[in-house]
Amino acid sequence: MSEENAKLTSSLLYLDNVQVTFDGYRALRGLSLALAPGEMRAIIGPNGAGKTTMMDVITGKTRPDVGDVYFEGRHDLTRMDEAEIATLGVGRKFQKPTVFENHSVNDNILLAARAPRTVRATLAAKGSAEITQNITRILERIRLTDMRERQAGSLSHGQKQWLEIGMLLAQDPKLLLVDEPVAGMTDSETAATATMLKEIAKEHSVVVVEHDMAFVRDLDVKVTVLHEGAVLAEGTLDQVSADERVVEVYLGR
Amino acid sequence: MSRQLDFAGWIFVAVMALAAVLVPLATLGTPDGAALHVPTYLVQLFGKYLCYAILAVALDLVWGYCGILSLGHGAFFALGGYAMGMYLMRQIGTRGVYANPVLPDFMVFLNWHSLPVAWWGFNWFAYAMLMMVLVPGLLALAFGWFAFRSRVTGVYLSIITQAMTFALYKEFFRNDFGFGGNNGLTDFKDILGFSLQSDAVKAGLFSISAVALIASYLISRAIVRSKYGKALIAVRDSESRMRFLGYRVENIKLFAFVVSAIMAAVGGALYVPQVGIINPSEFAPGNSIEVAIWVAVGGRGTLVGAAIGAIAVNFAKTYFTGALPEYWLFALGLLFVCVTLFFPLGIMGVLSRIRFRRKRSEVATGTAT
Repeated sequence: MSEENAKLTSSLLYLDNVQVTFDGYRALRGLSLALAPGEMRAIIGPNGAGKTTMMDVITGKTRPDVGDVYFEGRHDLTRMDEAEIATLGVGRKFQKPTVFENHSVNDNILLAARAPRTVRATLAAKGSAEITQNITRILERIRLTDMRERQAGSLSHGQKQWLEIGMLLAQDPKLLLVDEPVAGMTDSETAATATMLKEIAKEHSVVVVEHDMAFVRDLDVKVTVLHEGAVLAEGTLDQVSADERVVEVYLGR
Repeated sequence: MSRQLDFAGWIFVAVMALAAVLVPLATLGTPDGAALHVPTYLVQLFGKYLCYAILAVALDLVWGYCGILSLGHGAFFALGGYAMGMYLMRQIGTRGVYANPVLPDFMVFLNWHSLPVAWWGFNWFAYAMLMMVLVPGLLALAFGWFAFRSRVTGVYLSIITQAMTFALYKEFFRNDFGFGGNNGLTDFKDILGFSLQSDAVKAGLFSISAVALIASYLISRAIVRSKYGKALIAVRDSESRMRFLGYRVENIKLFAFVVSAIMAAVGGALYVPQVGIINPSEFAPGNSIEVAIWVAVGGRGTLVGAAIGAIAVNFAKTYFTGALPEYWLFALGLLFVCVTLFFPLGIMGVLSRIRFRRKRSEVATGTAT
């Protein structure tokens, strides 16, 4: 019991026995996971393993039927909604690039940047040199400096993914959840994205869900394998790929 | 598009400001039959269009910029109108058919002996003005609070806004509800002591409507250009992304919805003294749908387009209902279908395309010479 408590308080994100059922389908069946502060973790698993549902639970989109979800050892995420959880410092990148297509690249970052979010504050908000510089810095990191005034909708798929990463940087969350960041990217874009994420991981805790094994190898971090809504294996990529059960799940019987 | 739109906006403001000054001069300062004389009936007619334009700008603020297709904005317009109508009724005093100093005619007719509480204070213009803002504003606040918190969006939201206006429509029809029932409120005599029949007052109401339209446009413009306005558009385009960024989406929507409802109510309040009557038909679900058509025709999400659309469609309506009354609804339906299919950006979209083409041909000739 005390060991469990220590694990809870020392971890940034703590999931214990989380269960979610949709219309009789058990998407998560007792998922437990602990993420240390500053850690970067890759989550892999076949389709339907519960990766996206896990993200939904952490960000408040889906409420678990059973189980605990704690952030920083004290915030019970199962009792909060999306906006509250985001304000605590949990950022999320979607599988499909989700940027505000009708806004410029600049305004996308501006909306994401840390600032009061109330109606009154946004009505009165004025630009400042500090904000402009912050956006400039972020655009450099995501390689979109020349695209600043372009409409986000006119960016290429890969650039949209980067813009979304930039928005998360601007949001400056303590924990970043990234859902399949390199899906649909070219090899060079994939490599650039890996560099970007590794750089981000220096200052933030990151959870990456990914199918692309080469990309996961590139990241070179601890890997958690999900299967049928629970953790199947955990360790380095080499360790888990040596695990017979993992091979079985991925290759089928 | 945005710089062009801003340019169109300033032209529109200038035209409205000129109209506010020149129309009274042209109608009062010139004799009947003079070349520049504007007949009073036209002043009234266009004054009415301006009130519709205010309503259209209000709807565009929530529909064009936040994706909230309210098909109940006619209700806010009508509530503002009723508040003004109640003030005007109380001003009739002993000049009514039954010459009751306190009770409006319809109450005497219904054998009522005392003024219902809802009517108290409406003899004061300031109180009536307060109610004209407060009642629609609070209704929008309550309605929006429940709807946006429960995350009702899209067509479902449109349907419940229709239900809201339909419920009010039914309620206002009842004599017992105390607002004149089926006949509504009419036979107004004067406003702030000035006779509503005089040409000067009609011209004055026109000018005030033009100024109110300019104000609605400028307020909406300031809202959509602020960071809040960017958030509003972002909510329209990707609501869940905004939630995950930590924005309280329901509050963002609620603010725009309440501002919009109040704006619509001001339009309604200015409308009533100019048309001389307010009755439950203003709550009819079809009216609110028509407002959405004006906005679509003018160009959704442009503000100026909404105002132009309202004026243009209503001008066409006046013409059609006079010339070919039985075909108006078909024409309106056809217009809506054509605009949606061929001109999704409405009149403003067509205008910007023409300007863009001209610019391109200028560039082409420039390189040729």
